[in-house]
Amino acid sequence: MTLTDHLPALQVLVPLLTAPLVLLLHVRGLPRLAAIAASLTAFAIAVSLTGIVQTQGSASYEMGSWPAPYGIQLSISPFSTLLLLIVTGSSSLALLAGQDKLRMGPQGEPLFYAAWLLALAGLSGIVVAGDAFNIFVFMEIASLASYVLIAGGVDRRALLAVFKYLVMGTTGATFYLIGIGLIYMMTGTLDLADMETRIADVGELRPILVAAGFVTVGLALKAALFPLHVWLPNTYTYAPHMVTMFLAACSTKVALYVLLRFDFLVFQQNLTAHAVQFSIFLIPLAVFAILVASGVAIGERNIKRMLAYSSISQIGYVLLGASLVSVMGLTAGIVHMFNHALAKGALFLAVACLATRIETVRIENIRGIAKDMPLTMMAFVIAGLSLIGVPGTAGFVSKWYLIGAALDYGALGIVLVAVILVSSLMAVIYIWRFVEAAYFSDRQVPLTASGEAPLSLLAVTWVAVLANIYFGLSSQLPVSLASQAAETLLEHLP
Amino acid sequence: MELLGLYNYWVFAILLMVGFYAVIAKSNLIKKLLGLSIFQSAVFLLYITMDKVEGGTAPIIQKGATDQIFSNPLPQVLILTAIVVGISTTALGMAIIVRINEAYGTIEEKELQDQNRDP
Amino acid sequence: MIAAVVLPLMAALGIAAAGQRSPNIREAVTLFAAACLIAVVWVFLPEIMNGQSPRLQLAEMVPGIALAFRLEPLGLIFAMLASLLWLINSIYSIGYMRANREPRQTQFYISFAIALSATMGIAFADNLLTLFLFYEILTLSTYPLVSHKGDKNTIASARVYLGILLFTSIGLFLPAIIWTYQTAGTITFAENGVLAGHLSGVELGILLGLFVLGIGKAAVMPVHRWLPAAMVAPTPVSALLHAVAVVKAGVFSITKIVVYIFGLDQLANNDAATFFLSLAAFTIVVGSIIALRQTNLKRLLAYSTIAQLSYIVMAALILHPIAGVGAALHMVAHGFGKISLFFAAGAIYTASKKTELHQLKGIGRRMPWTMTAFTIGALSMIGLPPTGGFVSKWYVLGGALAAENLVAVTAIILSTLLNAAYFLPILHAAWLQEADAPETENHGEAPLPIVLATVTTAALTIAFFFYQGPVLDLASQMMGISASE
Repeated sequence: MTLTDHLPALQVLVPLLTAPLVLLLHVRGLPRLAAIAASLTAFAIAVSLTGIVQTQGSASYEMGSWPAPYGIQLSISPFSTLLLLIVTGSSSLALLAGQDKLRMGPQGEPLFYAAWLLALAGLSGIVVAGDAFNIFVFMEIASLASYVLIAGGVDRRALLAVFKYLVMGTTGATFYLIGIGLIYMMTGTLDLADMETRIADVGELRPILVAAGFVTVGLALKAALFPLHVWLPNTYTYAPHMVTMFLAACSTKVALYVLLRFDFLVFQQNLTAHAVQFSIFLIPLAVFAILVASGVAIGERNIKRMLAYSSISQIGYVLLGASLVSVMGLTAGIVHMFNHALAKGALFLAVACLATRIETVRIENIRGIAKDMPLTMMAFVIAGLSLIGVPGTAGFVSKWYLIGAALDYGALGIVLVAVILVSSLMAVIYIWRFVEAAYFSDRQVPLTASGEAPLSLLAVTWVAVLANIYFGLSSQLPVSLASQAAETLLEHLP
Repeated sequence: MELLGLYNYWVFAILLMVGFYAVIAKSNLIKKLLGLSIFQSAVFLLYITMDKVEGGTAPIIQKGATDQIFSNPLPQVLILTAIVVGISTTALGMAIIVRINEAYGTIEEKELQDQNRDP
Repeated sequence: MIAAVVLPLMAALGIAAAGQRSPNIREAVTLFAAACLIAVVWVFLPEIMNGQSPRLQLAEMVPGIALAFRLEPLGLIFAMLASLLWLINSIYSIGYMRANREPRQTQFYISFAIALSATMGIAFADNLLTLFLFYEILTLSTYPLVSHKGDKNTIASARVYLGILLFTSIGLFLPAIIWTYQTAGTITFAENGVLAGHLSGVELGILLGLFVLGIGKAAVMPVHRWLPAAMVAPTPVSALLHAVAVVKAGVFSITKIVVYIFGLDQLANNDAATFFLSLAAFTIVVGSIIALRQTNLKRLLAYSTIAQLSYIVMAALILHPIAGVGAALHMVAHGFGKISLFFAAGAIYTASKKTELHQLKGIGRRMPWTMTAFTIGALSMIGLPPTGGFVSKWYVLGGALAAENLVAVTAIILSTLLNAAYFLPILHAAWLQEADAPETENHGEAPLPIVLATVTTAALTIAFFFYQGPVLDLASQMMGISASE
């Protein structure tokens, strides 16, 4: 076996093993450098895995060469590589962008970056894991590590936010655990692929239905699906900026990824009318998520919280696409995961830039700031356009697919299109309020320091912004991965 | 009789609800966390119950014995991991509560909310 | 082609860089870029006249939908007009901005250049989505121009401007594009349209409605409110909105969509076309009547624009080749005429701070050049020879008669009378009446760049009467008829 064959395992192991090493580095600045190195390596692995998947299709890896279903299997598919790109890419960008002020001060650095790498390892682990229990373990690794990261925020409200997140996150994970326990009881397997075949024998038994309910609700909690989203706004608002950027770009999406895999691969073809139930249950939730969260975002005065609510509504888009249960819809949802990660990542980076010059990122404080920080605000505007879904930016591509999919859905589709358009207009409003404050009003609060944000931060922000434009003009990569993923997910649909 | 035979599951369900109730209803953060712990323990019980095979012993191969019945060892292994996860969560939760107490001087949810009204 | 889009953008960067140091360099960059743009655009003329239609694909946004440009006659007319007027407008802006000591001039020139870049994109767009993209950029880039003054009142008006344009485009225009794509499978402009055989009857009518109202920039009633609101902008911006880019982009888009997406034949048998033609006719008449009641010069001109724009929309919807040529000609003629009027209004404001109609008595004697230009512009609006407005109206009327479209004919005649009714009193007051009271401050003509630009556009208005040259050829080519007909 060559090194290439081990890439799926290395994807998780590199950050996982670097984490304890980082703990030992007590020279200032060094922990971050080590984390950057590990994260970039992970990103490189994700890129090469994408290459492999594009040429050879899906691949799997047997841990310790024990064959599935007895051994532990890692699986790589177009869907998972897309997620890996999001996870490792956002982690690398966030780490490169700069350093946050931490609650525990500089001596907390090794701990903080160790936790960061554990979160990265956990998130990548969820994505590559081929069996249900490993997903649970990685999910908890990622969650525990991200609780630590969020608690690093300087504002004391971060602590309350993280406690709420901890309680709700653990509840969600436990629900999921109950679900897979019930499935294991009925099928005797934890391997997802194996489960898919074995569940056919027991499909209509009640425990499986209950399991489907537990798994869906548990993961919905983790994914901050409306109305289970209450932990999210404060968490994003008070976490350190880079942590917000990292988690906003990928953590909820990874939970959605697991949700889609379970619902489409395991339950879909084995439960009668599951597709219909899935749609009936989730379409209203998605629509509410989109509209209500956008509405709340319009009234928010704190930029980070506004973006957090916008995230909730964007999760609604992903879910809406998926709940249409069509290749086009799933493609739209999955592409939107990618594009939203790009847009939201760039926005949070721009917010981090702003935060270097003002006390809190509230609308009162950014009045007239465009004069002092033209590049930052320009980045904010472009990323905001991508969030809105203006043609030429990444956000447009997914909205285009989503609208197409909704139109194919039939009569209800017209209503859904209207919902999408209305919420796009709402996005225009909530982004525009801040743009207008920054560009067209005069300063009232003095800046804490003058001039643009530090160069490294600004450079990374612009990399993210340019990625938004690039993938808006040439969407070939994410779209091809997403449509392959959608086809795989729907392959077994009766 | 059949219902009683499933008493392990009844215990699971009752514990689960007791824990969940505490998580939702208690306003003291420590009590919330305790509830969460009970909630998780209930699930451990579910896993332990499902692996029991009637007449089964611990899955250790003994010399000479050929027709032994084993309990399924896998859920026990799984739940060992889950217990570790549960302990970490509780520990982390405790640590955060300590920090909250340092920062706010209280761990009662209502008082915390009062302190957090936006100025 | 790409140069045409990129050039103004480069200029924007250059302006941003130069703006820190010296206003002179900044303005030199603007003028230089404008001159280059004219050269770039006009170079294409012979190629298009030979019937070629070069296409350039930049990127594929979504599989099957590219970001692509294609040169075709109508787009070239629009691009030529916009690039020419940008140069003149820049000269004028320099005079105006300096004389009135406007703040944030660098931002002004940057936004202006970006708006021009977007205009070029609209002119050359090969499909609806590319058009839509640049359409939105144009909206966004003109917002800072409209809200230039920065006080509360201005911002409120600018929000109306932005709000109406964005909401109509996202709420109506975009769905229309998606619908087109869903039914026809393509949104690329093609001769004879792409909808043939896909839609008919009521559906076609609804789609047309989404397009006509969704392109809010064309200001067909009831989505015209943004135009008077945008009058808070400095005069060069009003000129940009009315003559160079924004409203022209709207009517250009509608004309292009009617010709290249629907196809004239498709619409010919549809009642919806008649309905929207009537709506345009209604806008013409009502816009003119409202203009009649205005007391502020710029607001009067705004309502006059609303009416004149609907001329173009109506001409396109007459669905007759000659009227189509008229639409293209009117786009140019109205551009020249209206920009002269706005320039003159701005010149009056710069020299004397007068904005109301009743203040204009006797002003012709103090500012003869300006008022001569104003007179020519007004004549062109009314459609009297020897101005460009006469030629274009002639074609539109000819088309309407040939198509035996009574609604259109009535609207044209009625509006000509109304135009005369609101312009002639101004001319009368300006030239033949004495000022009410001897004025304390003695003002003469506006600064030289302003007068120069104003006189140039007025001259162009007259020149267009005698020589339509390439415009007529291009327009005829677009409609598939020979120029001699």
